[in-house]
Amino acid sequence: MTITVNGVSAALPDDLRVSLLDFVREHLLLPGTKKGCDQGACGACTILADGERILSCLALAVQYDGRSITTIEGLGTVDALHPLQQAFVEHDGFQCGYCTPGQICSAVAMVEEARRGVPSHVTSDLTSDRFDLDHDELRERMSGNLCRCGAYNGIAAAIHATYGDGNTVSDKPQVMPEAAE
Amino acid sequence: MRPFTFERASSIEAAAKSAASNSQAKFIAGGTNLLDLMKLEIETPTHLIDVNGLGLDKIDATPDGGLRIGALVRNTDLAAHQAVRRDYGLLSRALVAGASGQLRNVATTAGNLLQRTRCPYFYDTNMPCNKRQLGSGCSAIDGFSRQHAIVGVSDSCIATHPSDMAIAMQALDATVETVKPDGSSRTIPIADFYRLPGDTPHIESALERGEFITGVLLPPPTGGKHIYRKVRDRASYAFALVSVGVVIHPDGTGRVAVGGVAHKPWRIGEADAKMQEGARAVVGTLLANARPTEQNRFKVDLVERTLGAVISEARG
Ligand SMILES: Cc1cc2nc3c(=O)[nH]c(=O)nc-3n(C[C@H](O)[C@H](O)[C@H](O)COP(=O)(O)OP(=O)(O)OC[C@H]3O[C@@H](n4cnc5c(N)ncnc54)[C@H](O)[C@@H]3O)c2cc1C
Ligand code: SF4
Ligand code: FES
Ligand code: FES
Repeated sequence: MTITVNGVSAALPDDLRVSLLDFVREHLLLPGTKKGCDQGACGACTILADGERILSCLALAVQYDGRSITTIEGLGTVDALHPLQQAFVEHDGFQCGYCTPGQICSAVAMVEEARRGVPSHVTSDLTSDRFDLDHDELRERMSGNLCRCGAYNGIAAAIHATYGDGNTVSDKPQVMPEAAE
Repeated sequence: MRPFTFERASSIEAAAKSAASNSQAKFIAGGTNLLDLMKLEIETPTHLIDVNGLGLDKIDATPDGGLRIGALVRNTDLAAHQAVRRDYGLLSRALVAGASGQLRNVATTAGNLLQRTRCPYFYDTNMPCNKRQLGSGCSAIDGFSRQHAIVGVSDSCIATHPSDMAIAMQALDATVETVKPDGSSRTIPIADFYRLPGDTPHIESALERGEFITGVLLPPPTGGKHIYRKVRDRASYAFALVSVGVVIHPDGTGRVAVGGVAHKPWRIGEADAKMQEGARAVVGTLLANARPTEQNRFKVDLVERTLGAVISEARG
């Protein structure tokens, strides 16, 4: 049984109880993904599974056999930041930084969801399949990522600066497999 | 977490049979509720049956003009489906009012229906809880009960069912489609699917051991305005204190199901019949037998005011 993480194939753990979060952090030594609550309540552990954002703490690694996972290490590197990482730096999108990898993975996939026409709790017209990522839409769609430092204004500004209203810029999640090491 | 063995089911029948042959086995769909409870050893299955590969992730039109929603359809996909948005807006609205984007991408239709209560004492294994350990007592009845049920309660348990989606399913007269371990299938109207706590709060649904949900059927669209209003302690990513799901027609008739008040989605036919008379009349019937605690008495007024607001919104 194997799983692909940031473009690199890895054997799944023998112990079936290992969460996807512990697998990437402790087994693959990719500590970018953070453990905040370990119970689905904070979003710090957000990663991408085949491009969709999920919580790695409420997933068993074995459930993702054969799937392709992207962590923050797969989105950008110190030398080649993902555009959204760069925007977080420019817009004060973090203070302690603990929630940041989860925020960034979440936002990258959130923009795709909005483009695909997935409605949100604040979408006024359910039958429309174009949503502008205005103030309310952006915040509602990012509400699964908490920030204990309260850097929300910077986070929203960084996402807005990178993706605008979510409809114009087209950059699929930029996965850089070589970033895994 | 206790050790377990893991199997990927190859067919619906095999999954049900496997579950029936091991009383400690559990199906795992998204895992977002089950794994949480397994970490705390509130759920202790010795065997997990992964049911994700069974092709039950489709939404199809039914011959009578309704919809058949596969048990493994993700909450995000269900909320975003064109026919659901157009004809069953209440369902889309209830789904996107629940959990977070990340969770909805993984949570499934069946798993959402069967998610367990968020009563904090159920989660705290140091405290007595009849639902977790029958006969140990209920810590909520004389404890912190602000979030708990006000109607259909018993002396054993006052927990609520936390699902938003189930409120919409109740108002839309959904039917749950299952396969039993012997291979026979049946359908269970949502009104008969959930149980009140009585003196067996650990038994929450009409499902038998090993019975597998294959899908949920929706009858043809009802028309009318669909509104789901959820009242919670923060604007997003929180469970409901109360929630109100309605379908209202131009003549003021309609139906209402309420969440956050009982062990199951709360709907009563006689209350629906009073929709034209306004919120007070409806709630008078709906919550006639309410038995709130001192701490959650406010929910009676909150339901009435929320329904009142929803009826005004529907009138436009
Ligand atoms: C932080 C947080 C906030 C949340 N907020 C909300 C909220 O506001 N509103 C809301 O409604 N929900 C909320 N949820 C709950 C979420 O909706 C559920 O966890 C999810 O719907 C469960 O679906 P799943 O597929 O992951 O189920 P699983 O965890 O896989 O399964 C749940 C149960 O269903 C059984 N099961 C699964 N599939 C089948 C089947 N086909 N047949 C028979 N049995 C089956 C499993 O054995 C298990 O007992 C929240 C969850 C978290 C962690
Ligand atoms: S309300 Fe139900 S779930 Fe909560 S402590 Fe009492 S018995 Fe347990
Ligand atoms: S660590 Fe997964 S949501 Fe908090
Ligand atoms: S920057 Fe500290 S938690 Fe968000």
